[in-house]
Parts: sequence; structure tokens; C-alpha cells
Amino acid sequence: MDISGAYDSILYDIAGGFSLLVLLLAGIVCIVWDIFENDEPVLPFVAAMACVVGIVWEVRNLDAGSSTVFYDSIRAYGLASYINITILLSALATVILSVPYLKRIKHGYGEVYALIVFATAGAVMMGTANSLVTVFVGLETMSISLYILAGLVRRDEGGIESALKYFLLGAFSTGFFLYGIALLYGATGTMYLPEMASGFIERGELTLLFWAGIALFFVGFLFKVSAVPFHMWTPDVYQGAPTPLTGYMSTASKAAAFAALVLVLYYGLAPMPVAAWQTALAVVALVTMVLGNLLALVQNNAKRMLAYSSIAHAGYVLVALTAGTSQGYAGAVYYLLIYSLMNIGAFGVMALLEWDDKEGRLQTIDSLAGIGFRKPLLGVAMGVFMFSLIGFPPFGGFFGKVAVFAPAIEAGYTWLAIAGVLASALSGYYYLRVLYVFWMRTEEQADPAVRARAFPVSFSSAAVVVTCALVLLVIGFIPYVRDLTQIYFDASVFATMP
Amino acid sequence: MDTDLLLLLIVLLPAAGAVLNGLLPLMWPQLRRSEAAIGAVGTACVAVPFVLALVLFFQGFAEPYVGSFYTWMGVGDFSVSVAYRVDHLSLIMALVVTGVGALIHLYSIGYMHGDRSFWKFFAYLNLFIFMMLNLVLADNLLLMFLGWEGVGLCSYLLIGFWYEDFKNSQAATKAFVVNRIGDFAFLLAMFILVREVGSLDFAEVFAAAGEMTAGTLNAVVFLLFIGATGKSAQIPLFVWLPDAMAGPTPVSALIHAATMVTSGLYLLARMSSVVLMAPTVMGLIAVTGALTALVAATIAIAQTDIKRVLAYSTVSQLGFMFMASGVGAFFVAIFHVVTHAFFKACLFLGSGSVIHGMHHVEHDLRRAGYKDPFDPQDMRTMGGLGRFMPRTRWTYLAATLAISGIPLTAGFFSKDEILFKAFEFGYDGHLFAWFVWSVGIGTALLTAFYMMRSYMLTFEGSHRWPMAQRVHPHESPWTITAPLVVLAALSLVGGFIGLPKLAEKAGLANWIHGYLVGHGTHHGPVVEAAATAHVSVGIEVVLIVLGSLIAIGGVWWAWRFYALHELTGDERIRLRFGGLYRWWQRSYYWDEFYDKVAVRPVVGGAENAFAPFDNRVVDGLVNAVARTAQQISRMARHLQTGVVQAYALAIVLGVVVVIALMVR
Repeated sequence: MDISGAYDSILYDIAGGFSLLVLLLAGIVCIVWDIFENDEPVLPFVAAMACVVGIVWEVRNLDAGSSTVFYDSIRAYGLASYINITILLSALATVILSVPYLKRIKHGYGEVYALIVFATAGAVMMGTANSLVTVFVGLETMSISLYILAGLVRRDEGGIESALKYFLLGAFSTGFFLYGIALLYGATGTMYLPEMASGFIERGELTLLFWAGIALFFVGFLFKVSAVPFHMWTPDVYQGAPTPLTGYMSTASKAAAFAALVLVLYYGLAPMPVAAWQTALAVVALVTMVLGNLLALVQNNAKRMLAYSSIAHAGYVLVALTAGTSQGYAGAVYYLLIYSLMNIGAFGVMALLEWDDKEGRLQTIDSLAGIGFRKPLLGVAMGVFMFSLIGFPPFGGFFGKVAVFAPAIEAGYTWLAIAGVLASALSGYYYLRVLYVFWMRTEEQADPAVRARAFPVSFSSAAVVVTCALVLLVIGFIPYVRDLTQIYFDASVFATMP
Repeated sequence: MDTDLLLLLIVLLPAAGAVLNGLLPLMWPQLRRSEAAIGAVGTACVAVPFVLALVLFFQGFAEPYVGSFYTWMGVGDFSVSVAYRVDHLSLIMALVVTGVGALIHLYSIGYMHGDRSFWKFFAYLNLFIFMMLNLVLADNLLLMFLGWEGVGLCSYLLIGFWYEDFKNSQAATKAFVVNRIGDFAFLLAMFILVREVGSLDFAEVFAAAGEMTAGTLNAVVFLLFIGATGKSAQIPLFVWLPDAMAGPTPVSALIHAATMVTSGLYLLARMSSVVLMAPTVMGLIAVTGALTALVAATIAIAQTDIKRVLAYSTVSQLGFMFMASGVGAFFVAIFHVVTHAFFKACLFLGSGSVIHGMHHVEHDLRRAGYKDPFDPQDMRTMGGLGRFMPRTRWTYLAATLAISGIPLTAGFFSKDEILFKAFEFGYDGHLFAWFVWSVGIGTALLTAFYMMRSYMLTFEGSHRWPMAQRVHPHESPWTITAPLVVLAALSLVGGFIGLPKLAEKAGLANWIHGYLVGHGTHHGPVVEAAATAHVSVGIEVVLIVLGSLIAIGGVWWAWRFYALHELTGDERIRLRFGGLYRWWQRSYYWDEFYDKVAVRPVVGGAENAFAPFDNRVVDGLVNAVARTAQQISRMARHLQTGVVQAYALAIVLGVVVVIALMVR
């Protein structure tokens, strides 16, 4: 590698990777500060500021032309900024929601915020990767931070179970992932996504090595986004982890993994005939949607229900990827933004309504009967999130669903889209049940422990939840956020193999 | 100010009011008590748009201005925008909606004082204004339809506002269901237009209308007309409006008299250039209007509930407006919409003031130990209220004279113009118009009679409520009487915007004709039927004298009759007309008829014929699906053992499957 030009491009590199660098710096500041001032209350503020600075920077660069920095290892500006905003928003919301929550369960450690920031840095790296190495480094940075966060409540068996399962299965799937990267390197001779693409066109034929590599590589992603049958860790891990951090796992880490998959498909494998992996993705998407929704039906625990719901939503995004068109990729990225807002909000509300002191592990949905009347703000916001998750117009979720299903229909996968619509019709049952319990039952039917509890809502938490709900009300009507295809995905990249 | 900004403010301020009044008290229950603040916000959010609409009014807009704010997802060539159209027609409607709306908001502060859901009432009312403005300002049929559905929803919510009473929620449901029938027709018309024209923008629909086949055109106009009969309570869909009086009186005045029920007329006027191309349907429209006017007027004679009289009167007046549309005089229909908004809102608000007073009587009676049932809306237990409620009395009388068509009042000009246009259309060779005209003349006489009757029974004569020596009503507070005075004044002078053709001889033009239809080379938003034959001045004078005599005669007759006989007058009419009177009393058994031919067979038939099918097949199917889903779910749950090794095994299996699917 020629590094002689390093100093010439350093300013450009710093600008391009600015939010990543800010995050890393903030993470180091947090961890070092925590050494000297244990559990310093300013640390969450540092973490939040890093996210805010990152968001502002990325918003300013949304219109800049897409390019690569740091020796082509990460992408910057344009689409990368859009993805980063999604990830950073989830991180910011998580930090804000975590402060009162962790204080309440008496686990407000300073290193939590350092870990959130590091996980976010990993997610950003992964979500904007331009080479397979970056994907892997980002994935591991994120995952290892999350393993620790999942087991934050060490004394609780749920926390231990959550962290251990996540770690063991994560490490297991990472093995496949890494092996896939190795095989891909062997088959194409490069780690850089665009070079893989040009390699196909030059060579004109694909070896078995390549196919095996790509399959294993996909498996790594499918594990991260909890697609069936790689989903089994999800409910157990989500249930045992502290609730705001569960929200983070289901949004930022998923968004990053999906974004990386989009980048690989779009920049790395674009010249290949898409039909090659369409079947595999379609099958996985189908079983993920169907099983995710079916299993969510019988869950009594809110966090498990949301876990299965997040599995189902991964299936919807996979439908868009199955289409294999720029519209499909754009739809997936758009869906990730909306999905993140819905899930952060829903987990946020559940975190605020937690009463069992076991991270919501023992808490049934029914125990919160009539809570909407006591906490109308949370009740109304939950209504927005649930309707949006169903995909009910005019909430954001509806526009997201249109964006992921329409490309599949255009690409000839009508049956898959129909299956998706049917599956999401099924989801109406368990989402509406939450609202039924919240609003149509009386408080007398609630658990005595719930009636005795006050459920204080701090201003910052309420602000996060309300903001998510309000954004979901209007986001579908903002064309600029929606029309990703025209802005970032240039159909001309698609030149098929000779 | 910028037109776009003005438009946005006009439309969004009521929405902001609805959000403020709806959400803040919901979140903070202690706010629900602050009636002054809620009422002020609610009224201001309608009054300010009225002022802004006046600003637009004085800016002219002889050429329509379209402000497009947002384009909704387009499918192929078809796209729908949130676009508002400012032209003379939409401006007139917007002024009526916000102007009368603001007065009724002000009135409601006093009327709804002390109600448990005061805040909710104002939130709904503001939401209604928002929807209504969308309806009249929309530049395409879809946005208009959204407003159309929105006002229907608000109407539903407000009719059933006191939902604790089962009767009220039944009335609300009835209104909702009947309106759906009309809405369905509207929807079908839009489908046809999308297929034929590929757009729902007014400009494009008008441009393409001429190229449609006669059959398609007739179908579209017919379906739009059916849509209009639903919203504007015409035969056969008028049955919901009298029941809608279950809502609070300001609602009856605003929604079920002045604004929402006229939206069918607005739809026809807006589409006037298309409607004119379907002369057959126009005949149907005119005849339907005439029959509705007559039927409702006769029913009104036999009603004893003061609000039901006004409700049937509204149906009847709407019939007059449909007559005008059917003879191609859409601008006269809109003219009557405007004047009707003045005097009917005044009448309803006046009746509200009376009911308010009678509620106090009821209250005092109960305190004095009176046990029998007492209905504060029953005119039979009123009488002589004018002594205690002078402001209400004089305003009610002014509006009564206006609706009767006493010369120089607002109703005189608009109703005479309708009758004249019908006559002219018949003169022009359309024979059905003669029928329409003669029915109109007869109905005008009945109108003067039954309206004067309601005034006499309410405000004149002896005090007929129990213990009349000890308890009596009081005049309502100023927030109630001030809107009454304003509306009464408008009822008296509002007609001068549409002087008869005769006045042209004196150099006075018909302002509303020039404003809506245009004169000379300028063309306004409303088109009118081109008349070939011209009615001579002599005939015109005769017609005007005839109209005046009929109005004066009807009023004088009712005044003499009820001053002499009071309540026994009704008895005399009943004896005179016998069985016919009973038909009027029971509104021609329309409800029973529907119950017998539509509701009972459908419900009963469904119970008898479909019950086994429904129970066994449909329910069985639904249950089977639900059970299967749950069973699969339970089975799948067994896979979720919690053992990490099993999870890892699943991953390995998944890897094998994915590789098998990809490697070929």
C-alpha cells in the first residue's frame, strides 16, 4: 500500500470521517474520565454531544457527493451521511433514555456511555464500509461493546443469560462471517467493494469458492439482523438486557448491519446477475416475516413481543433487498430510518413503564391495564408507535412499507410482497393488543404493583418519546427524506456482467 | 402578504386550534376547566382566518390562483397534490364558513358553559372548520373528498356529542351510515374520472369533460349528484338530518344548516361546467330538489319540536338550492347558500337561546317540586317567550321574515331568483322546469306559513309551561345574543348582493352574478345555462309581485291563525287535513319505509339466510385460521428452548440451507 500521499489527503480524510473520529474521541474521553471521576454525571452529556455533533455534521453533508476516505476504506457524504444519521439518532435517543433508567436500576456506570459510543463508532464504520475489512472491524467493535452492555446487570440471571448467549452465538456467527470474507478474497483477490465489482466484469466467470464465500458472508449479516433461522438469540438477549439498550440493539446495530449489506450488494456485487442470490434472500425473507409475526402472537412479555416484531421487520427489509434494484436498496435504507424511530420509541415507552426491577423480564403486557389514562402522553405515543409498526397510514411505518414492498412487486416478486402484507396484517393483532390493554381496560385490572407505582417520566425521556412520535406523524410527507433513489442510488452503476 | 402564506394560515389555524384545544386539556386535565381560554383560542382560530379570507377577497382573484403545497406520491402519470384553489367561488364559501363559523364559536362559549367536555367540543368544532376549508378550497376532487369525509366524521362526533344518551349515538350512527351511501357514489365518480381523464385536478377534469362519451358523463354527474344528496340531505337520503338535531344546537346551526349540508351544492357549482353537459341528470336534480322542498315543508308544518321544524326547513331550503342547480343557475344556488347561512344560523342559534331559557325553566320547576316530564324543546309548552327574551325574539322574527321571503330581506332576493330562473328555464323550452317552478311557488307559501307558526307558538300568545306564574325564562348572556344580532342584521340586508334582473334597468348590477359567473368577456368559476329566450320585463314584474304576495300572504295567514287559536290551531289543521296530517307528522313514514324495505330484510335476511353460513363457514374459517396460527406459534415456540447449543445448531442448519440455495 502506498502511503506517501497520506499527509496530502489527511484533512480531506478527517472531514469525511469526522463523525466517526468524534465518536472515537468521545469514547476515549469517557473511559479515561471515568477512571479519575468514577460515574461522573457529565459522561452521558459527553456521549450525547458527540452524537449531536455527528448528526449536525452529517446533515450538513447530506448533499455532498458520495466519496471514499482513509484509503478507500470507508464511504463518506451522501448515502453514508444518511445511514450515519439513522445510527446516530438511535444512539442519541438511547443515551438520553438510559440516564434516568440506569439511575433507577442503580447501574448508572460511566463506562456504559463509553461503550454506547464505541458501539456506535463500530456501527458507523460498518454502515459506511467500503472494504470487507472495515465491515468486519466495525462489526466486531460494535458487537463486543454490545455483549458487555447486554450483561450490564451482572447480579440478575437474565442479564447473564442475555450476555452469554449473545456472546457465544455472536462469536459463532462471526466465524462464518470471517470465513466468508476469506473465501471472497480468495475468489476475487480484493477486499475493496468497487474492485470486486470490476473484477467480475473482467473475469466473466464465478467460481464455487466465490459462491460459498458469499453464502457464508450473508449468514454473518443475517445473524446480526436476526433473520430466521439465525434469530433465536434475539428474544432471549432482548429480554434480559436493560430496556433502552435493547432498543439500541434492535435499531442502531440492525441498521448498521443492513446498511453494510446494502453497500456490499450495491457497490460490490452490482454487476453480478441479481437472480443469483434473490432466491436465497426471498426464502429467508419469507420465513422471517411469517415466523417472526407468528411467534410474536403468543408472547405475553412486552420485550419478547417487540423482539419477535423486530425479527418480522427484518423480514420486510429483506423483501426490499430481494428486489435487487436501486429502488429496493433505497426503500430498505428509508425503512431503516423509520423503523429505528418506531422501535426506539416503543422500547423507550416500555422502559418508562417498567416496574418489575428485572429489566422487564417478568413483566406481562396485561399488567399495564389502563395505563394510558394515567400516563396519557406515553399512551398516545405508544399508539403512534404501534399503528406505525402495523404500517397504518398516515404514520411513517406505512410509507416505509410502501417503500420496501413496491420495489419487490416491480422486480416480479409479487408473491413475496403479498406474503409480507398478509404477515403484517397478522401483526395488527399483537400491536393493537398493546393499545387495547393500555386504553380499553380499566386500571383496576392492572397488576397491584403497577397501581402502587408512580412511573415518573423525566422531561428528557418524554421529549425523546414525543419527538419520535411526532416525526413518525410527518416523516412520510417529507419528499426529501423519501426520494433516496433519486438522490443517492444512481441506477447507472448497474452494468451487468458480460 | 403572500397568497400562499395567507392560504396556509387560513387552513392551518383551525387545525392548530383543534390540536391545542384537543391535546393540551387531554394531557393536563386541570386545563379542562379554563373555559375562557379554550373558548378564546377556539374562536380566534376561526375569526383570524375570516379576516385573512377578507384580505384575499379584497385582492380580487378574478383569475383562479392555485397554491400547491405538497405533492403526494405519484403513481405513473397520476399524482395528487395538496393544492388550494382561490377563486370567487371558493372565496365566497370560505368567507361563509369562517364568518358564520366564528360567530357560532363565540355563541358556543356561552351555550356550552359548564359542560364536562367543553374542551372537546371546541376541538371538534375547530377540526370541523379545518375540514370544511379543505373541502371548499381544494383544487382536486381527492382533497375535496378528504375534507368531505372529514366533515362527515366531525358531524358524527358532534351529533353523538352527548353520547351518554343512547338516542344520540343512534342518531350519529344513522347520519354516518346514510352519508356513507352518498360518499360511495362520490368515490365511484372519482374512479370513473381517474380512468377517463387520468387526473382529479379541477382544471384537467373541466378540460377533458367534453371528450367523454355522453354515457360516461351522465354516469359521473349522476354519481356526483347522489353524493350531494347524501351530504345535503335530499330525497332519498334526507332522513339523517332531522335526527342529527340530537347534537348541541350550535352544531345544528353550523354543520347542519349553514355549512356542511351545503357542500353538495358547492360540489355541483364547482363542477357546473361538467354538470351542464348532462341535461338529463339536471332535470333529475331539479325535480328531486323540488320534491324534497315540498315534502320537507309539509312535514315541518306538523312538527312540535322547535329544532325539528328548523331541520325540515333546512332540508326544504336545500331543496330550493337543488332546484336552482337543476335549472342551470348554480350561482343562484350559491347565493341562496349564503343567505340561508345567515337566516338559518340565526334561527338555530335563536332556538338554542330559547332552549337555554327553557332549561332554566325546567331547572326552576324541578326545584319547585314539579315531577312530570318536561321537554325544553317542545313548542307546545312555550308561548309568549318574547316578553322575557326580547333580543332573541326580535332576531328570530327578523330571520323568520327573511326565510319567508318578505320583500327586501335576504331570502326574498335569493328565493325569488331561484323561482325566476326556474320560470326562465321553462320559458326556454325545458318543460320540467314549469313543474319545478310551480312546486317552488307552493313550497314558498308553506315556508312562510310554517316559519311564522314556529315564531308565533314560541314567542307570542300565552305562557303554556307549568307554573307559569312562578317561573319564567331569562334572556341569554351577550355571547349568545351578540351573534344573533349580527346574523339577524345580515338576514335583513344580505340579499342586496344579488339584485333581480329588473334592477339592471336602474343601472344596478347583480353583484353575485358578476362575481361568480362573470360578465362580458370575463368568465368566473361558475358556469350557467345559456338562455335563448328572454323573459319580458312585464312578466318579471308580475313574478316578483307574485313572490312577494305569497310570502306576505303566508306570514299574515299564519300570524292571524295562530294569534287567534294558538295551540288549537294545530288541531284545526289536523282536522282539516286528516290522514294527510298524520303522514306529515310521521315524516311520510320514510324511516318506517326504510326499516321495512332496507334495514329489516337485510338484517333479518342476513340472520335467517346467512346465519348458518356465517356461524359455520365464516366463523369456522376465521377461527380455524386463528387457531392454526396460534398452534403453529406454540409448536414453533418449542423450538425456542433456551439452550444455546440448540440455537447454534439452528444456525448451522441455516448455513447449510443458504449455501444450498446459492451454490449451483
